[in-house]
Amino acid sequence: MKHETEFEISFDGGPVPARQGQTIGAVLHAAGIRSWRTTRFGGRPRGLFCGIGVCFDCLVTVNGTPSLRACQTEALPGDEVTSG
Amino acid sequence: MPDVVVIGAGVVGAACAYYAARAGLEVTVVERGSVASGTTGAGEGNVLVSDKEPGPELDLALLSNVLWRELAELGGFEFEAKGGLVVAETGEVQRALTGLARAQAVEHEVVAPEDLPRYEPHLATGLAGGVFYPQDAQVQPMLAAARLLRHGAPELRTGETVTGFLRSGDRVTGVRTDRAEIPAAAVVNAAGTWAGEIAELAGAPLPILPRRGFVLVTEPLPEPLIRHKVYTAAYVTNVASDSAGLESSAVVEGTPSGTVLIGASRERVGFDRTLSIPVLRALARQAVELFPVLADTRLIRAYCGFRPYCPDHLPVIGPDPRAPGLYHACGHEGAGIGLAPATGHLVARLLTGAETGLDLRPFLPDRFAGETS
Repeated sequence: MKHETEFEISFDGGPVPARQGQTIGAVLHAAGIRSWRTTRFGGRPRGLFCGIGVCFDCLVTVNGTPSLRACQTEALPGDEVTSG
Repeated sequence: MPDVVVIGAGVVGAACAYYAARAGLEVTVVERGSVASGTTGAGEGNVLVSDKEPGPELDLALLSNVLWRELAELGGFEFEAKGGLVVAETGEVQRALTGLARAQAVEHEVVAPEDLPRYEPHLATGLAGGVFYPQDAQVQPMLAAARLLRHGAPELRTGETVTGFLRSGDRVTGVRTDRAEIPAAAVVNAAGTWAGEIAELAGAPLPILPRRGFVLVTEPLPEPLIRHKVYTAAYVTNVASDSAGLESSAVVEGTPSGTVLIGASRERVGFDRTLSIPVLRALARQAVELFPVLADTRLIRAYCGFRPYCPDHLPVIGPDPRAPGLYHACGHEGAGIGLAPATGHLVARLLTGAETGLDLRPFLPDRFAGETS
């Protein structure tokens, strides 16, 4: 049975399970998604690095707002998260 | 035994090592921290001719500007020959800027207010004009120092602190560190803001003191908003000022990684690294006044460093008569990155007994005779 504090968000169009209080970074990490951005010159993968809001490596677009830190942004029901 | 020991692995020490090695000397570099761990790693990477009053420092900057372009050919570090735009808030300031540019006799273009957007589309409106200096450039100083050291210093001893000098009578014959004695025919003091301490160890004090500066870093922007190094005329005044209190003026520029760097503050507060919110606030406000578009941009970090300044704002370059065998290459204040290649080039010429091709008298350590440090 699904707990009532569990919900879904979408990541690049696909559903990802989330729990109340999780950050988007935690949601993606728990779903096995480790990187969602690449460096502008080397094309190297980037995701959570510091995990505490300092490094700005984990940027995502949430409901159209770009450049949000996944590790600092709480996941809310129905959030549409896109990478890049 | 090396021909030369260079104390300091900042960009100035690295340039001294590079040019000395290129002149055929064997070089050892001793650094108590790591490469670029002092002021080199705490600045913006300015390679400026625009902010120099006519005189010896401008001559040094022009020589250095040419040399940086040569060094950039080595590759391995960012060098952006993007030019600098100095802007004026009022007609009076614009006349002063234009007068300075004429006196400097360096390449420049006077920019009318209506033409400013052609240079910087996001610049605030209502400015009275500016002067564009195509020779101004920006370098990534940490990588540049590392690259020059790789070419110039087969022996790089980091984490090793110089504790004294080896002497033969007055003559300096090497350095003593916390690990070893390193005999050498000559020693170069390139210890930046800490060069006064090194000079003191040689019994040859220099009046070099720290002038603190903060830099703000924005989040990386998806599209570059700022094309050149852009600063207000007040920056030139602040650079030359003798005030001990806080001075700040906007110096704004983008970097290849998409972040925007915002300087520049100047304070004489010793080696105090305490984060100063009022300074950060002043820098952010001034940057937004210059580029209103930055109001919506987040800052991701701030850092500070200590410029090594002398009372006359000129670097110390040349042999120390109080300690023969000791050469100084320090005290460049906020211009150390820009002036490093010329300094290294001149020190190498001195070490090999070649003609320097530039009047070194304004930079010699002797000029402080009679001053208390």
